[in-house]
Amino acid sequence: MSRTHVSCNINGDDVEFLCDAGESLLDALRDEVRLMGAKEGCGTGDCGACSIILDGRLQCSCLVFAPEADGATIVTVEGIADGDHLHPLQECFLEGAALQCGVCTPGFLVAAKALLDRNPDPTETEVRYALAGNLCRCTGYDKIIRSVLVAADRMKEEVAG
Amino acid sequence: MTITEQRPSYRYVGTRPVRHDGLDKVVGKARYAADLVLPGMLYGHILRSPHAHARIVAIDTSAAEAMPGVRAIITGADFGDLPADDPERNMTLNLMARDKVLYEGHAVAAVAAATRRQAKDAAEAIAVTYEVLPHTLDILAAMEPGAPLLHEDIFTTGLDSEPTEPSNVANRTCYERGDIEKGFAESDIVVEGEFVTKPIHQGYIEPHACVADTGQDGKTVIWCSSQGHFRVRSQTAAMLGWDTSRIKVIPAEIGGGFGGKTTIYLEPLAVELSARSGRPVKMVMSRDEVFRATGPTPGSVIRVKLGATGDGRIIAAKAWLAYESGAFPGVWAMLGCMCVVAPYNVENFVIEGYEVVVNKPVNAAYRAPSAPMAAFATDTLVDEIAQRLDIDPIDLRLLNCPSAGDQAPYGPKWPLIGLRECLEAIRDSEHYRSEPAPGHGRGVASGFWFNIGEASSATVNLNENGTATVVTGSPDIGGSRASMALMAAEELGIDVHAIQPVVGDTEVVGFTDVTEGSRATFATGMAVVEACRDLKGQLRGRAARMWECEVDDVEWADGQATHSGGEHEPLALADITAEAGRTGGPLGATASLNARGAGPAFSVQVVDVSVDEETGRVTVERYTTAQDAGTAIHPDYVEGQMQGGVAQGIGWALNEEYIHDADGVMENPGFLDYRIPVASDLPMIETIIVEVPNPNHPYGVRGVGEVGIVPPIPALANAVYDATGARIRELPLSPPRVLAAITARNGDGG
Repeated sequence: MSRTHVSCNINGDDVEFLCDAGESLLDALRDEVRLMGAKEGCGTGDCGACSIILDGRLQCSCLVFAPEADGATIVTVEGIADGDHLHPLQECFLEGAALQCGVCTPGFLVAAKALLDRNPDPTETEVRYALAGNLCRCTGYDKIIRSVLVAADRMKEEVAG
Repeated sequence: MTITEQRPSYRYVGTRPVRHDGLDKVVGKARYAADLVLPGMLYGHILRSPHAHARIVAIDTSAAEAMPGVRAIITGADFGDLPADDPERNMTLNLMARDKVLYEGHAVAAVAAATRRQAKDAAEAIAVTYEVLPHTLDILAAMEPGAPLLHEDIFTTGLDSEPTEPSNVANRTCYERGDIEKGFAESDIVVEGEFVTKPIHQGYIEPHACVADTGQDGKTVIWCSSQGHFRVRSQTAAMLGWDTSRIKVIPAEIGGGFGGKTTIYLEPLAVELSARSGRPVKMVMSRDEVFRATGPTPGSVIRVKLGATGDGRIIAAKAWLAYESGAFPGVWAMLGCMCVVAPYNVENFVIEGYEVVVNKPVNAAYRAPSAPMAAFATDTLVDEIAQRLDIDPIDLRLLNCPSAGDQAPYGPKWPLIGLRECLEAIRDSEHYRSEPAPGHGRGVASGFWFNIGEASSATVNLNENGTATVVTGSPDIGGSRASMALMAAEELGIDVHAIQPVVGDTEVVGFTDVTEGSRATFATGMAVVEACRDLKGQLRGRAARMWECEVDDVEWADGQATHSGGEHEPLALADITAEAGRTGGPLGATASLNARGAGPAFSVQVVDVSVDEETGRVTVERYTTAQDAGTAIHPDYVEGQMQGGVAQGIGWALNEEYIHDADGVMENPGFLDYRIPVASDLPMIETIIVEVPNPNHPYGVRGVGEVGIVPPIPALANAVYDATGARIRELPLSPPRVLAAITARNGDGG
């Protein structure tokens, strides 16, 4: 079976890879591009551990066929930081102890970034609903929600400052 | 908030540094088992039984063997059978069915092929001929004589007379004290009820995964996600009939376990497929497989009867507990018996428990295993006593609260425990002192868990620049690396980030039991402290050499050596390590121990709920949990354990359950239909860390991982009662069940 050639931009880099027609974008990111940050928790779009930003929209990469990424711009957890400078969400997750086992963390960071990109000043309720597609079994969400709210404040200060 | 009874002041213990492994986890670099890729690696796939109970008549792998990319196929015929009395035998029969499949999802064969797709296609091409047998799914039905038998060789143990017929009841456990007839006769009020719960999955987000690479030298290396890689080694050895020295297990990061990764499912299969193919083999479960073939905690039927005096003293308890353990027996009923009235001093009781096998996946531990179902029964009935006697439910619990020296229901005398302090913390909390909002219901409950010690090892090496490496054998499932580093920093007097905590593989660190029973920070922490204290002795000796004085003239405090006569300038740890080559060589110490004196854990919780009377939906409006941590080494991660336990308990109480169809096929094996709490389901979870230090640990640690999941079910059931007037004794408190209870209440004129 011939493989499909895909060209896209991932985290600022132009990337080409070959994939099977029926392969998920999550599998392609992990197996072909070797970006292991996105995790598979369910493979059915229910847990959000594989969240990416695809052409500006939050997506579960397990629900996207890899060939659909041709020509797309993709942000994964590996692309959130600015070089060695962590994104405020990453800083706040560390300082706020918003992770325990850490396997859901990449998805939460990507989903929270997608939220703050479009709503820089969310309420607690807005954060809870924006992250309702991401499952965490360790934390009870408390420290995750707080950390996102702190990060939003920090980003507003950076803009204002 | 932290309520500390008595505790020395510490420089590092009790602070909240950024965890050492945190950076890798927020940039996507942390390596979990499914992230490992080796050259030439194959993918494994397991064929699972579609039947709940069937005899395997024949397995034909010929078509699968001829398929592209297939390198190895294994079935039950490729594994030996352990002696009937071997404690690991049931584990091996669960990993690969032999003559019978015992539940839908039971492994029947496994394939290794070049791609995941090829492995899956080949597994599905294996032809298995089954003779379907009658199955049993319901715990009470399974206990009846004449029920379909899972095992011909299970004869109930613990009965008064030796049974002559096999049964699905593996054992009976009994605890008795006092005179129960007299107790009930003297009671002014008697309450009783039957409580029913369904199996629940641990629900870790990372599915089970491993990579095995078996070499021509007959040795194998396993990378895997587990709560204890030394147990992975011993269980894999047992299944394969190998000496453990042929197996090295390297712990990957673990994406949640909650007890569900204290046993194995994949590793021996991957090792065998790797041995046969000569290639590394990766196996990763799908979520569907995780639900069908791993973990759940038992469903239960529990009947409790309590008698109390008019002033609220509980003086008699009768409990009958049946736990379904899945296809093989466990220890679940016994644990339930030990916990069921533990938070109460009761003079007279009879507690009996039954361990029942059914055609469902083999149960694994889940966070304070068996205690939440038992607490559901007891703490709901205690609430009923409080309500009928018009006593505040916290005051009633304080009246019956055990303390040090009282005898626990399961035998020993309680050591120093913090139940009273937790009750007082909730009583005095702003939450409890405030009135519930109009229409909201409030519930409280308490919970107990043992905590355990077990074996742990640690090696601490001082580097030439004055930093330290702390190697332990405890997988870090929620921040334990940071705890180890904090205790080492406190001992050595160096900055917590000058310490690198490492989880070592089975060949670089001494034997360490599984991260279970809330034991890692307690027991492995003890080993770290012991190694550090050994090092401090060595550091004094080195300072004495540098000063050419007697070692008795050297003191060690605050991270430096001082001369008692004041004749020399103090030497910092880094001053000594820099000279180590000239004073006797590198500095390192190892400690291995069996930790004794684990501190029992208690938690008390209060919840406010609202109930939509039209839909039956329960919304958690406010939640506060108090828990005795002994000492909180890293309060952020103590709070995290408390909040996580509460959230899991809320899911269990309100929504989660295994649903099987009449054929024993699981109908909701995915996160869409098995719905664990999401962020929009929950409020903030307020925490009160109570610190009643455990005198048996150098820093007073009790362990905090488990007890938080015990009170939520009864707390929520009591809150739903307070809001609706309906006592619901079956889980989950899902909208249809709550709505039916409200309707029944209205029909009764309530």
